[in-house]
Amino acid sequence: MNKLKKIFATDSYIVPLVAIILGFLVGAAVMLIGGYDPIAAYGALFKRVFGSAYDFGEAIREMTPLMLTGLSVAFAFRSGMFNIGADGQVLIGMTAASVIGIKLAGLPTFLLVPLAVIGAGLFGGMWAGIAGYLKAKRGINEVITTIMLNWVALYLANYIVRTFLLIPGQNRSEDIPASMSLTFLNSIFDNARLHWGTVIALAAAVFFYIYLWKTKQGFEMRAVGLNSHAAEYAGMNVRRNVMKSMFIAGVFAGLAGAGEVLGVFHYQSVFAGSPGYGFDGIAVALLGLTHPFGVILAAILYGMLTYGSAGMSFNADVPPELIRIVIGSIIFFIAAQGIVRWVLKPFYFKRKKEKVL
Amino acid sequence: MDWLTLGQMLNTTLVFSTALIFAALGGIFSERSGVVNIGLEGLMMFGAFAAAVGGYYAQDAGYETMAPWIGVLCAMAVGVIGALIHAVASITFKADQTISGTVINFLAAGSTLYLVKLLFEGAGETPLIDGFSKYPIPVLSKIPVIGPGLFNNYPTTYLAIILVIVVYFLLFKTPFGLRLRAVGEHPSAADTLGVNVNRMRYVGVMLSGMLAGIGGATITLTTTGTFAHNTISGQGFIAIAAMIFGKWNPLGAFGAAVFFGFSQAIRNYVQLFGWSQSIPQEFIYMIPYVLTIIVLVSAVGRSSAPSALGQPYDPSKR
Amino acid sequence: MSAAPSVVELKQITKRFPGIVANDSISLTLEKGEIHALLGENGAGKSTLMNIVFGLYQPDEGSIEIGGKPVIIDSPNKAIELGIGMVHQHFKLVEPFTVTENIILGTEPKKGLKIDYKSAAEQVRKLSELYGLQVNPQAKIHDISVGMQQRVEIMKTLYRGADILIFDEPTAVLTPQEINELMAIMKRLVAEGKSIILITHKLKEIMSISDRVTIIRRGKVIDTVKTSETNPNELAEKMVGRDVTFKVDKQAPNIGKTVLKLDGVSSKNKEGIPVLNNLSFEVKAGEILGIAGVDGNGQSELIQAITGLRKIDSGSIAIEGKEVANLSPRKISEMNVSHIPEDRHKHGLVLDFTVSENMVLETYYKSPYNRNGFMDSEVIDKHAEELVRAFDVRTPSIHNTARSLSGGNQQKAIIAREIDKEPTLLIAAQPTRGLDVGAIEFVQKQLIAQRDQGKAVLLVSFELDEIMNVSDRIAVIYEGQIVGEVYPKDTNDQELGLMMAGSLKRGGKAGE
Repeated sequence: MNKLKKIFATDSYIVPLVAIILGFLVGAAVMLIGGYDPIAAYGALFKRVFGSAYDFGEAIREMTPLMLTGLSVAFAFRSGMFNIGADGQVLIGMTAASVIGIKLAGLPTFLLVPLAVIGAGLFGGMWAGIAGYLKAKRGINEVITTIMLNWVALYLANYIVRTFLLIPGQNRSEDIPASMSLTFLNSIFDNARLHWGTVIALAAAVFFYIYLWKTKQGFEMRAVGLNSHAAEYAGMNVRRNVMKSMFIAGVFAGLAGAGEVLGVFHYQSVFAGSPGYGFDGIAVALLGLTHPFGVILAAILYGMLTYGSAGMSFNADVPPELIRIVIGSIIFFIAAQGIVRWVLKPFYFKRKKEKVL
Repeated sequence: MDWLTLGQMLNTTLVFSTALIFAALGGIFSERSGVVNIGLEGLMMFGAFAAAVGGYYAQDAGYETMAPWIGVLCAMAVGVIGALIHAVASITFKADQTISGTVINFLAAGSTLYLVKLLFEGAGETPLIDGFSKYPIPVLSKIPVIGPGLFNNYPTTYLAIILVIVVYFLLFKTPFGLRLRAVGEHPSAADTLGVNVNRMRYVGVMLSGMLAGIGGATITLTTTGTFAHNTISGQGFIAIAAMIFGKWNPLGAFGAAVFFGFSQAIRNYVQLFGWSQSIPQEFIYMIPYVLTIIVLVSAVGRSSAPSALGQPYDPSKR
Repeated sequence: MSAAPSVVELKQITKRFPGIVANDSISLTLEKGEIHALLGENGAGKSTLMNIVFGLYQPDEGSIEIGGKPVIIDSPNKAIELGIGMVHQHFKLVEPFTVTENIILGTEPKKGLKIDYKSAAEQVRKLSELYGLQVNPQAKIHDISVGMQQRVEIMKTLYRGADILIFDEPTAVLTPQEINELMAIMKRLVAEGKSIILITHKLKEIMSISDRVTIIRRGKVIDTVKTSETNPNELAEKMVGRDVTFKVDKQAPNIGKTVLKLDGVSSKNKEGIPVLNNLSFEVKAGEILGIAGVDGNGQSELIQAITGLRKIDSGSIAIEGKEVANLSPRKISEMNVSHIPEDRHKHGLVLDFTVSENMVLETYYKSPYNRNGFMDSEVIDKHAEELVRAFDVRTPSIHNTARSLSGGNQQKAIIAREIDKEPTLLIAAQPTRGLDVGAIEFVQKQLIAQRDQGKAVLLVSFELDEIMNVSDRIAVIYEGQIVGEVYPKDTNDQELGLMMAGSLKRGGKAGE
């Protein structure tokens, strides 16, 4: 993992850019093979995103949880952990926000909403903290534990919703009175479901940056992430840092969950399967080179792609899953940078030609 | 619960274990050669998809009895191709193996569903196929309890158990196994003795794709009969846990896979117990996942992992 | 020279790496039955040259002839085919495998599909007898001594029928006795018709065993001489390029009160095997105590115990009279203990941090670097600038990563950081490993300067010369125990060697 960090630490922005282009090319090739028109499809994709104020607002809504889960994965990554569990942390955050939002509905709004949001962050953090604890104290690979915890979180969230919050006869909770919606923007964005979560996400990125690169604790965390042995020799408490970083990563993911239930849906469903927030977060984090501001940019791109894929499917009849192939390819090219360099060098002019394609 | 149910439960345990055994054996090949394969989940997905599609077209073409086997062959081939992506990225281009494996999972999820929609006019899953039927082993299957439990099962299950022995033999008794393990423990030692490190790793990863592919195929061909987005949901990761719990040894992984298979099977039978009525179904669903964590906590962790696991081989850093 | 062609002839070999010419037109011949030493400092290009001969690298220019025939050696396989075997400095042994498995790997005898372990073990036993190697074919590598492991390395080449053996710094990890045994084995090998290239930077070995010496410096051949017609001083001068003194200049120590006192320290590893075994010694202010011993006898664990990185089961560790056993590394560091770790890449530096960040790796949380939880980068940078200047750390800027520095400069950076803490106790583990002569001199001078300022210095080294030259007092560690304490002037290599091998004890305090 250190090796990767080294690669990601280099100031080369060209690689992710080329990787994105290559990813789109792979997608185009797949569409051509499938008998679709890639230009029409990509055109429909972008038209969907920028076509109307409502759609643009909804695209921002789509980006918001991606920003937070991306930050979650990236933050853990910076201290040497691979957090595949953002999915479960989102679910736990959602559930905490729903429970607080419904059960404490008597409280005044200015108390209730912050309480629900903070609760979501805390519980998300603690859920991730389990994996952090197991890693720190028992040396158990966090990749496996976070994946398992995702499933446990799914069933736990469903259990809580079904048992305590359910509208009888339906597969969802009661409406949540606490709301994070940015209602004053309704007229501008044609009632798109914008909410405070976006502001929280941007603030989280700034926090991420300042915390990691400007504070004492961040110094420790980066040292632990880059070389835990040296950090230990220098007197840093590696285990505490591992748990702390997983906790903070979980807080980010938990906040994403709060945004979804308090800002978008205003209720919580019983999920049949993994909602997939966390896996998108991995893609966003890797795409953003695990830098907070890179993550924001990556979330914007990813959000546009996933939101726009509905338009692509509607107007060009291309299955929206294609976007996953595009994103998977982009990460593939970023992870295997050698391929990008290899493509860049001898085929430099050829690549230019293909771009027009 | 009576003896009959116990036999059935054994049987179901083996059915669920089969996919895990194949995938865990695959994981062993990859990781023994030094390449982390978190992409097992995606490789199983490739296999499950290919088996459903291959099986469907074979059945459609009239190869009734051969259809499932054609499905298995397709799964092997597609699994190998999927694994090849992982191998190219992580071995040739020295990408981080965990990330490369994650990419496999991404690509598998995207491309299989894309293809399903493409091939079957926008449908969310493949058409239902017959798959394998159970094949009782003569004489043995007549033994009470154990007979119906162990000796009346799908051919893939028998194959999985035979394969455990074959893989064990291959790893610990043959030159191939010695070289594969050497490459995972100390690649530069192997290199200086003329063993081609990267080639061995390619073989390890591709074998893992083949076996994980078969593992995925067994799920469509024996359990679901169709491939949809949730056909593979975590089995690949549980197979990884089985491999770790089994200390990267085929026999150990077999035991662990059966254990996890049992914890999945128990879901179907737990309602037969009176006390289970008081337990919410979600908690029963959690069992395999919670068990995995508990097992990992109690197992020794990575101490018996191949020493060079996760490290790309760079000859200049000898 | 006789009419028979040389066993190996290298002609004008040139090998370039980005930014450096590792081998610059090197020519060399190896005659049959000869031990030919290749002498040069770390980084002079010896290993590169031998890796070319062994097929691991390709030369950019030049050619190789084996037995008078031009060959292209494009892989270790090809080298093995040509009868070339290499005994690597860092053993290439698969730890969980047996001796036999390690030897046959890549050329396994088969019976059907299976490896024929029986005949393999038999062959290994025969080879072992022929060359007097006394290796147990069934033993696992992690259960046998370093000396034995080296013999396994030798057997690997013999098993493949090598006639040309390359030994790469073979004595670095051996006791003096084991070195003698190795020399005997090498003589036996040439007596049986093998030819040997010995890569080393140790003059003593060259003088005692080689027939000819080729000296290389900065990738170029300086000279090839007959060993019988040269002397260590001449060789050293050729190797380094200037006059070198072997003795380190130092005044008599001015010894003060006890700074570090260990009493009956014991500690077990994860498997429950004792790694420190009732170990006691003390270090006083103004002296350098050298810990001599063969690698793996508890040196690392000893340092970990003192610095708080390892829990001890019993005994006491006191610094200036205060008990510190099992305190956290941070607490112990704050008692003015500095530590130059054994592995500078793994433990000494965060390679992807900047030089500046590495300079405050242990003090970042203190004022003035830390102000209310925020790092003051201006102060940190200024501090780094000062240290870089004072200790002559060569780096384009303090904002470059530590990774981009050369090994010597990385070590200088660590020493700067540790000495800047003004320690009362300075622990230096293998501080000169892998450095060239200039850097070694610098490091040793720094240690002595610290001792002259009244600091207590604990030096752990596997290099007997370093221990003898730098220490004021020597304690020998063997299997986690101090088996003797001596003054350098009262002892010699042979005696230390016997103690390091556990076959001689000199109880009590030095000089008593």
